[in-house]
Amino acid sequence: MNDALSNGKTALEAYGLTKIYGAGHTEVVALRDATLTVARGEIVALLGPSGAGKSTLLTIIGLILTPNEGRIIIGGTTVFDIHRLLVNVRRFRRKHLGFVFQKAHLIPFLTAAENVRLAMEINDFPSRTAKLRAMELLEYLGVGERADNLPSKLSGGEQQRVAVARALANRPNLILADEPTAALDSVRGRQVMELFRQVAHEQNAGVIVVTHDHRALDVFDRTFEMEDGVLRAADHMKQEGIAH
Amino acid sequence: MNLASRDIRHSFGRFVLTTIGLGLLLMLVMGMGGIYQGMIQEATLLVDRIDADLWVVQKDTRGPFAEVSRVPANLENRVRAVPGVLSSGGFVSTIIQREWNGRPLRFTLQGLAWPEDRGQWLPIVAGRILGRAHYEMIADESLKLPIGEKVRLGKNTYTVIGHTRAMTSTAGDPMAFFTLHDAQAIQFDRSGEAIRLERSARYNRAERIDLGRTVPQMIERGLGPSSGIPALGPPDVSAVLVTLRPGADLIQVRSVIAQWPDVSVYSSDDQRQLLVAGMVDKARRQIGLFRILLIIISGIIMALILYTLTLDKLHDIAMLKLMGARNGVILGLILQQALLLGGLGYLVAYCIGLWVFPLFPRAVIIIPEDLWLLGGVVAGISILASLLGIVKALNVEPSEVLS
Repeated sequence: MNDALSNGKTALEAYGLTKIYGAGHTEVVALRDATLTVARGEIVALLGPSGAGKSTLLTIIGLILTPNEGRIIIGGTTVFDIHRLLVNVRRFRRKHLGFVFQKAHLIPFLTAAENVRLAMEINDFPSRTAKLRAMELLEYLGVGERADNLPSKLSGGEQQRVAVARALANRPNLILADEPTAALDSVRGRQVMELFRQVAHEQNAGVIVVTHDHRALDVFDRTFEMEDGVLRAADHMKQEGIAH
Repeated sequence: MNLASRDIRHSFGRFVLTTIGLGLLLMLVMGMGGIYQGMIQEATLLVDRIDADLWVVQKDTRGPFAEVSRVPANLENRVRAVPGVLSSGGFVSTIIQREWNGRPLRFTLQGLAWPEDRGQWLPIVAGRILGRAHYEMIADESLKLPIGEKVRLGKNTYTVIGHTRAMTSTAGDPMAFFTLHDAQAIQFDRSGEAIRLERSARYNRAERIDLGRTVPQMIERGLGPSSGIPALGPPDVSAVLVTLRPGADLIQVRSVIAQWPDVSVYSSDDQRQLLVAGMVDKARRQIGLFRILLIIISGIIMALILYTLTLDKLHDIAMLKLMGARNGVILGLILQQALLLGGLGYLVAYCIGLWVFPLFPRAVIIIPEDLWLLGGVVAGISILASLLGIVKALNVEPSEVLS
């Protein structure tokens, strides 16, 4: 654990995460003893072929799945240890985690601004404050002019920006992005990746991005590779990130 | 932020059509109650309007609304002599169906005890009450007989001089009011040939008896009109209506008349009960069962609609859960839509009902108690119907967003 992390500036500390599906002959180890830390303001990439366990790791960190073994600390709070969750998952998710997926998954009957506001109102932000911050975020992400449009009226890139704004709305400690550029062209894809970097640095959030897109790897502070459920630092990036 | 209203705004057309469909279904439920109330009102309308204190009818019968009742017309004189009685009058009621201007003219003929009763208690909406002892009639406006119209009934022609509104008999037929004598003349009208045959038969019978042979005038009388024969009474009436003096003891007057061996006596409340229990009871049960069926069908349809609406939103609900939304937010989305759908459907039912029910041939009466009851039932079925969707929504895993 480096100094920055020990000083309490970690967005995520995950130790020995293991996920096994099935039992006996049908047992599949999706994740083997994965350990990962992400500092606030840091953006890391998770690479690897399909079925390597990237999404499993991300959903475990996002408290969507529970691991069989391991310990998870998010923003200094231990959320999972000794086979059990230690927090109210939904409350924790809405306060400390932001999600972005391959598809934007915006609520289709809400406008762009309302989608962002909703994340905050769910988290008990006053309506007026939520409205102002939603507009600020949309402006910040370059889609302020589209605030009153329904998702069906937005392009894929615009939808993804709104999804990023929604993920940022509650100032989360950690943003988890699962192939957020898969549905975008290379130009738009790079823009979104750079956006994540900007967000990580300016909003002081840790960002983990699962991606297949090797063209934008320079955007990331550190890169990890996964294969057969094993997580390791990517050698070719010659980085010294913590990967066990 | 109200998610239910946003969702409705997004798929407004579908919501409106669904609401109208549900509203029409609820209108049927509302209408069934209205038909029942209409039946009760029509059944008891005359008793309520006449508002007699006592009804004197043929012995051991339940009165003219339940079965055939015949009492002599002069019974009213005997009744009038009872201490405490203010007035009494004959009651004649019969159904008439004739052809008029190429269309069937069916109504309930009602006799008024002229001259005391000229129809002043009737809801006259045009024209006037009876002003002459003969040949005038007050018709309900639903008969579509214009004022001044002349209608031939039996051997006489009657002029329509007034219109009532919503005066229908227990069977739902419009009513027409005549003086009691005119009503009897119409009711007991016989053709000239029938009268001649009757007189001839009477003459032959008188000729065959000793008295006829020894008193020739008697045979002569037999050839004359019935009214000229002292032994033959005037035509019967169905009942005699009694109004008591102010402060008179109804029970006492009733007990006096009840002692007479040729009549039975009922209060207006008794007559009302007989009508409701006898004529309306089966219809009430039939309509009640039909209403229950319609409510169940409405509930099932609402449940299906709400379930389908929830299925459409499962992905969004999973996303809401992933964002950390409380169950209350998700329940609110489904339940508010259910209640809004039910509430607006109810409003549609009421509004369309207000417009459609008056077009029905028989009275459809919506009373506030029925409206409140149905409102409660709609709220109940809205909540119950949404349960299916709520259970489905609560079981959605946030991970379904990823699928």
